[in-house]
Amino acid sequence: MSMKHVILAGLVTLTASAVALAGPAGGTVSGKVTYEGTPAKMKPIDMSKEPSCAKMYTTPPVVQTVETGSGNSLEDVVVYISAGAPDEGAPSTAAVFTQKGCRYIPHVLAFQVNQELKIVNEDQTSHNIHPLPKLNREWNKSQPPGTPPISEKYDKAEFIPVKCNVHPWMHGNFAVMKNSHYAITGDGGAFSLANLPPGKYTVTAWQESYGDQSQDVTITGSETKTVNFVFKAKPY
Amino acid sequence: MRRLQITKIVLILAIAFALPFAAYGQQMESHEGKWTGHSEAGRQLYYRYCWGCHGARGNGDGENAPYLNILPRNFVVASFKCRSTPTGTLPLDQDLFSTLGRGINFTNMPSWAALTDQQRADLVAFIKTFSPRWKTEKPGDPIQIPAEPALTVASIKHGGELFQKLECWKCHGQEGRGDGPSASTLTDSNDQPIRPYNFTSDNRSKCGKTNQDVYKIFMTGLDGTPMPSFADVIKPEDAWDLVHFLRTLQYNNKSPELTLWLSTKEGAEIVNAKKVQNTYTGSGVKP
Repeated sequence: MSMKHVILAGLVTLTASAVALAGPAGGTVSGKVTYEGTPAKMKPIDMSKEPSCAKMYTTPPVVQTVETGSGNSLEDVVVYISAGAPDEGAPSTAAVFTQKGCRYIPHVLAFQVNQELKIVNEDQTSHNIHPLPKLNREWNKSQPPGTPPISEKYDKAEFIPVKCNVHPWMHGNFAVMKNSHYAITGDGGAFSLANLPPGKYTVTAWQESYGDQSQDVTITGSETKTVNFVFKAKPY
Repeated sequence: MRRLQITKIVLILAIAFALPFAAYGQQMESHEGKWTGHSEAGRQLYYRYCWGCHGARGNGDGENAPYLNILPRNFVVASFKCRSTPTGTLPLDQDLFSTLGRGINFTNMPSWAALTDQQRADLVAFIKTFSPRWKTEKPGDPIQIPAEPALTVASIKHGGELFQKLECWKCHGQEGRGDGPSASTLTDSNDQPIRPYNFTSDNRSKCGKTNQDVYKIFMTGLDGTPMPSFADVIKPEDAWDLVHFLRTLQYNNKSPELTLWLSTKEGAEIVNAKKVQNTYTGSGVKP
């Protein structure tokens, strides 16, 4: 391949991506994530060892490894395009992960590869943020009350459990995504992935206790395709 | 034309010979002072001394591993406890070299001081062949340690305030016995229970016994354990105060810090009160 060809190929790619960016909004994949069976009862958290947090609750909060909502819906499930969409550069906004009342808000935080992750401590106690990645680098930082946010990023896509060693009940998740086509289910388990250019996609739903499920979907124009996920609940 | 064919044959032969070596081909070097370690020499040593615990592939699954209560390091992950570099980064060659010589107290990692410096340097080079991280990343920039200021009572007291403020006691306990409220719940990154350091047990922490070593421990964190890095939250001058205070918790070790602390009325009372309660967990026995 001569130099000319390389340049030409580059130009073609550039124009193609420009067209894709400027083109119509594309299709949407939306649906619901639900469970069948009986999920384990989520136990209340005993925060008596950390009075500054315990006093923030009238009734103790429950663990969040499975969060159910109305109509057998599952919340905090990450639904994302796992195949078919190109990798994307990181957006300039930061994803914010807050420690409040000795819990992580949100419980599941999704952001993109190399996107800034900002970790904030709003509590009156010291936390240590200890994410446990398998593919990315593992670090562990202390964050006493009143200290500035910690800024970090991850360079590989991965689901990363997060814990605080000082407060063993604290548990959260980072979902590091390859592209911007992701959603986290809220009340009712609904999600929507918009702006998908025509193509074949694999849609994956990930729940921290139940694992993941995938379905293929083809988008041809600006239609909305429905994809629902049903997880089998584990009783324990 | 003929020449071209010969060149082709030579090339093919060269590739054919190189292939089996390519699998081993991740040659690494290590540099420590005047020694340069070579991974090929380190390989021989590794498969004699190290693989029983760290495993044939360096992933910590050697045949002795199931019997150890702090699992052997997984060199494929390349996350190391004792570093002079920030949390999450690769250590310096010198860090691995000194870990080999020192061993890791409270774990099954013995001191390899019986090997020569050259042999330890060779081993460091070989350990680095297990993880691709050593090819794609550089070790972190070592943390800067300012010169240790003069030891004063004020410095010890300020260190004690930091111990409270930063909540070191949540794990290490108010008297540094490793019995804080969170101590019993701690697990390392292999999901194995792990104990916080008991200052009263010994003067050797996991990563060395000099004041600089102690400084590095809380400023870099011990990766793979619950001990986090405080580099972003402790100022360097405050860090030395904390080191001075931590020394007074090691009351079985006659350090200059402890001697000075004992010479004050307040310090003597605190230290002597601890001795009365000298049980392993520090609880239960009251004067």
